Amino acid sequence: MIYNVTIEGTEYRLELDLAAGKWRCLLDGREVEMDAVLARPDVLSVVMEGNSYEIKRERIEADLRIWVGDRPYTVEVRDPRSLRGRKLRADHGNGARHLVAPMPGKVVRFLVGENSAVEAGQGVVVVEAMKMQNEIKSPKRGIVLKLAVAEGAAVNAGDVLAIVE
Amino acid sequence: MRVIRACRELEIPSVAVYSDADRVALHVLKADEAYPIGGAAAAESYLNLEKILNVAKRCGADAIHPGYGFLSENAKFAQACADARIKFIGPSPPSMEMLGSKTRARQEMENAGVPVVPGTSRGLESVQQAKDVAAKIGYPVMLKAAAGGGGKGMRRVGAAKELQAALEAAQGEAQRAFGDGELYLEKAILNPRHIEMQVLADEHGNTVYLGERECSIQRRHQKVLEEAPSPLVDLDMRRRMGEVAVRVAKAARYWNAGTIEFLVDQEKNFYFLEMNTRLQVEHPVTELITGLDLVELQIRIAAGERLPFRQEDVLIRGHAIECRIYAEDPDNNYFPSPGTITMLLTPAGPGIRLDSGVYEGWTVSIDYDPLLAKLVGYGQDRAQAVSRLVRALEELFVAGIKTNVGLFRRILGDGDFRSGKIDTGYLERLLGAEVGCEVASTERGGGKSEAANVAAVAAAVFAVLDATSKASSNGSGPADAGAGAGASSWKRTARVEGLM
Repeated sequence: MIYNVTIEGTEYRLELDLAAGKWRCLLDGREVEMDAVLARPDVLSVVMEGNSYEIKRERIEADLRIWVGDRPYTVEVRDPRSLRGRKLRADHGNGARHLVAPMPGKVVRFLVGENSAVEAGQGVVVVEAMKMQNEIKSPKRGIVLKLAVAEGAAVNAGDVLAIVE
Repeated sequence: MRVIRACRELEIPSVAVYSDADRVALHVLKADEAYPIGGAAAAESYLNLEKILNVAKRCGADAIHPGYGFLSENAKFAQACADARIKFIGPSPPSMEMLGSKTRARQEMENAGVPVVPGTSRGLESVQQAKDVAAKIGYPVMLKAAAGGGGKGMRRVGAAKELQAALEAAQGEAQRAFGDGELYLEKAILNPRHIEMQVLADEHGNTVYLGERECSIQRRHQKVLEEAPSPLVDLDMRRRMGEVAVRVAKAARYWNAGTIEFLVDQEKNFYFLEMNTRLQVEHPVTELITGLDLVELQIRIAAGERLPFRQEDVLIRGHAIECRIYAEDPDNNYFPSPGTITMLLTPAGPGIRLDSGVYEGWTVSIDYDPLLAKLVGYGQDRAQAVSRLVRALEELFVAGIKTNVGLFRRILGDGDFRSGKIDTGYLERLLGAEVGCEVASTERGGGKSEAANVAAVAAAVFAVLDATSKASSNGSGPADAGAGAGASSWKRTARVEGLM
């Protein structure tokens, strides 16, 4: 099987075959001596060229993380044969940006009104969760088009709080 | 959980109370009896005196240990326990009242000859009065809530023109957090250390100190890492601080476990800050270096026993460091990060103690403090305690939620920390320097390092295994059960290969 793996912007091409409990592994076309066994769900023991690694897999929010020791790598794995694997990149150009709640909580107050101008990094709304208040900042310079919720409202992670254009 | 463990060891049956959010919390699973006390919001449950006392009466409890949050420093609760003839495991209500008001405590301690930071010992009456006092002692000054704690209602004021706005903001915050907007003012000490002294007193007038804890590593006035003993404090300073701490406790007619917090300036002068009238979160470091069980002693003291040792019997041996593991997102300004813990691998081995309140499968809620566990390293000296903690942090793994574990690796590896150069500004400075480090680590990740290669291989292996287990489950029952069967066949392979 062939997979394209992206780690922090770098592409890796992996060719893997498993037959009779033995792995054959090509990393970017180079043959690597490797053995891998699932020790428990999401924990993989990898022995690669004599070195032993305890690898953990974590799914957090939309990310897939692979931990090598205490270092997490955010990875994207694509099967080149699968169309679904071809992810559309988000548009990072101009346009409206949605400020979303990073976690469930309560909207304490808005720091700006609708139609006011904001700088990139300026606080727009204060959300409280676990007794801590956090300012949600504008990602860009622009105008606050809309305040999408009321002060005091309970919000879930991902809820749109305001729109800045 | 800490209290339940002590009860078990003393063969005392334990009773847990829980809110709706905590039905399957660890303390409920481990207690002998458990009773619901209402909604997830603390005001409806853990802060509700009547509900808690009703449970205590109904189940015939002899005593209540208030833990270290919620009602633990609430004199009204202690009084209500006394009225219901239930022993409150802690000091007397009058002691708590006196020490609970920071302004009253300051007055009493000044009278008892305890050094306090220059400032007002009564609540501020007007902006003008605050300005006059501040001008006299000199800026910068700190505004603090009389009922305060945890940095709420606290403001640093650099100049007279900032005073009014800071006063109003702090007052509002104190009113919301404690229902009491009274503020006082004291001189801000530049780059102070925060060092506290543990005391223990029985109800027969015997009071001892158990050594200090260095708690300078804080963020937003919340402690992050604590150690005992302090790298700054020598034998003579410990004796002087300890004696002042005992004087404070005696002036307050204090009994049970308590902690006297001191601010220490750069000339090693120490000033009384406040007394915490409860067990502290960071008590394990003191337990490790003294060999004492503070919760057991609290229970024995509450049962009327005398202290089983004298001051000269208290010996400090070795060094202990505690890391407070929080559910926090380091990429989002250490904002709380709730969620379900999908995997939890815990450290063990020499010199490691883990006081945890969570387990794999537990969902960290947004309703309470996001403290997950306290990881404590103990060694014959500070260097060994650090090495053991670094090693234990490598063994600790929490998946599914974001935590501040990475922060401790940075602190413990930092040169200033290792040489003991820490004060209350240390952590902000370290985090301020982080931006540069992040750039460096991204650059490293850009090249194909050995670890990144392994990560790439592992990611692909996981994908192959997922595809294989999915394929093997096709046609062999429900998809969910099939995935489980696929995983366990991999486990079998693991076992077989392990035998070879």
